[in-house]
Amino acid sequence: MPGIGVVESQRIHFSEPLHLRSGGILPAYDLAVETYGTLNAARSNAILVCHALSGHHHLAGHYADAPDNVGWWDNIIGPGRPLDTDKFFIVGLNNPGGCHGSTGPSSINPATGKPWGADFPIIAVSDWVTAQARLADRFGIDSWAAVMGGSLGGMQALRWTISYPERVRNALIIASAPKLTAQNIAFNDVARQAILTDPDFHGGHYYEHGTRPVRGLRLARMLGHITYLSDDQMGEKFGRELRNGSFAFDYDVEFEVESYLRYQGDKFAGYFDANTYLLMTKALDYFDPARLDDGDLVKTMGRTHPNTNFFVASFTTDWRFSPARSREIVAALLANGRKVSYAEIDLNFGHDSFLMEDPHYHGLVAAFLGNIAL
Amino acid sequence: MTHTLGRPDFDLIAGWVEPGHRVLDLGCGDGALLKLLITTRNVQGWGVDIEDANVLAAIRNGINVIQSNLEKGLADFADDAFDHVVLSRTLQTVRHTEHILREMLRVGREAVVSFPNFAYWQNLRSVLDGRMPVSEDLPYQWYDSPNVRFFTLLDFEALCGQMGLTIVERRVLDEAGEIVLADSPRDLNFLGSLAVYRLTRPR
Repeated sequence: MPGIGVVESQRIHFSEPLHLRSGGILPAYDLAVETYGTLNAARSNAILVCHALSGHHHLAGHYADAPDNVGWWDNIIGPGRPLDTDKFFIVGLNNPGGCHGSTGPSSINPATGKPWGADFPIIAVSDWVTAQARLADRFGIDSWAAVMGGSLGGMQALRWTISYPERVRNALIIASAPKLTAQNIAFNDVARQAILTDPDFHGGHYYEHGTRPVRGLRLARMLGHITYLSDDQMGEKFGRELRNGSFAFDYDVEFEVESYLRYQGDKFAGYFDANTYLLMTKALDYFDPARLDDGDLVKTMGRTHPNTNFFVASFTTDWRFSPARSREIVAALLANGRKVSYAEIDLNFGHDSFLMEDPHYHGLVAAFLGNIAL
Repeated sequence: MTHTLGRPDFDLIAGWVEPGHRVLDLGCGDGALLKLLITTRNVQGWGVDIEDANVLAAIRNGINVIQSNLEKGLADFADDAFDHVVLSRTLQTVRHTEHILREMLRVGREAVVSFPNFAYWQNLRSVLDGRMPVSEDLPYQWYDSPNVRFFTLLDFEALCGQMGLTIVERRVLDEAGEIVLADSPRDLNFLGSLAVYRLTRPR
């Protein structure tokens, strides 16, 4: 099945200040947005796709002038694909704080005329959801046919059902969690420390110094990448293969896994903004909607709408966001008598599984979305 | 007499639930029973199944389904969350029999259990003839059967007694799906191919 083909992105300006959970304020902001398909007359066929740590608004298709720049979730979006653009109007955005066209740390702070840098306020998942709700208002979308996301994107979908229960008819929460574990926060902090201690970081104001904390960002990504893959998959993919067949007894790249990780780290550090990385990991760490109810997740899930249909999915080899974490969400929904389906999908790609094309996984998403009456 | 979806036990179960009831169907397959109960009895339904294909089929049918292993119990479900917990033609495939029965009556007010009766006279005759029974209600060869527990009505009732469970109602069906009318449990045990029970536990 061919994909959606050539797409275009747009920037939408919001002049109303965004008051953030951290107490900070974004006086005005732009959102980079892409949409696919056609919004129907009743404005009832819109699906919001929320991105994870390193994602953005370019979900699917490619740009006319960049045929190789294919959207990060292209395999699930398009005509005849699970997020069928013949039926649905799909909306992707780069969240505030991002580095792909929305207002973020590398944007100009109107108060100083210089890039925000470290002064960009800490932003929470609930703030993103507020910004997304304003985007829905702008499109005239009263309620989403579905809000969907994997990992940190799943947290946004979950938060939508709590913040705006009447505006979400279906929620797909994939490879996610109701809050991070200590181990998960620990991984994030090592990643942050790598960036914060890079001499090129300059307290977050590296833009003014004409540098970027490339080394720190690269290490952060390498560490992250290890946690997104499964042990089995790494074993199958790399084993102990040596690039040159024998030990060199030095510190250059020897094992294939080293080569892969360094490549991934370099690639990422080449385009991603370190301040955005810091913001994203903090948003992950702070996410814990049950704090609304003194830590009682069952109570919090009681804030969701009784008519919202939930699809929660996890992957058997995902140890960063393990199936047990998804089941916590499911159990809390069930305890409220909510309409929820849960699938534990046997895929070998660890946390990254949610991005993979798999007939069963995509069949489940297609089946769930197929039940949506417009 | 024709039965809904060719499943005579479904009709019985439909008669036992009330509109608005919360029903949990363990081993729900493609969700056919829940779909029937939702459309004809207006219940709220959830299913549990372990098989990928069944989870997909249930979602396609618009049924809420939780992918889970019954052998591990019902940890995702809160106490007294359901009015009825159904285990239809599945008990004989579960290894931890007492555990699942206890779990059903922890999360539900009432348990509905149906299972093939190994003491059915046709089954007994088959064994006397030297072959394991294959029938409408035991549709497998010995080498491809998912069944791991082989028991009779009387065995089941003895276990219920031992576990302190109350049998609220018992219906016994023959191979054609007709209700078997007999006075003594011994006769029912001999004449029934499929047994359907409503159970509760003293609270």
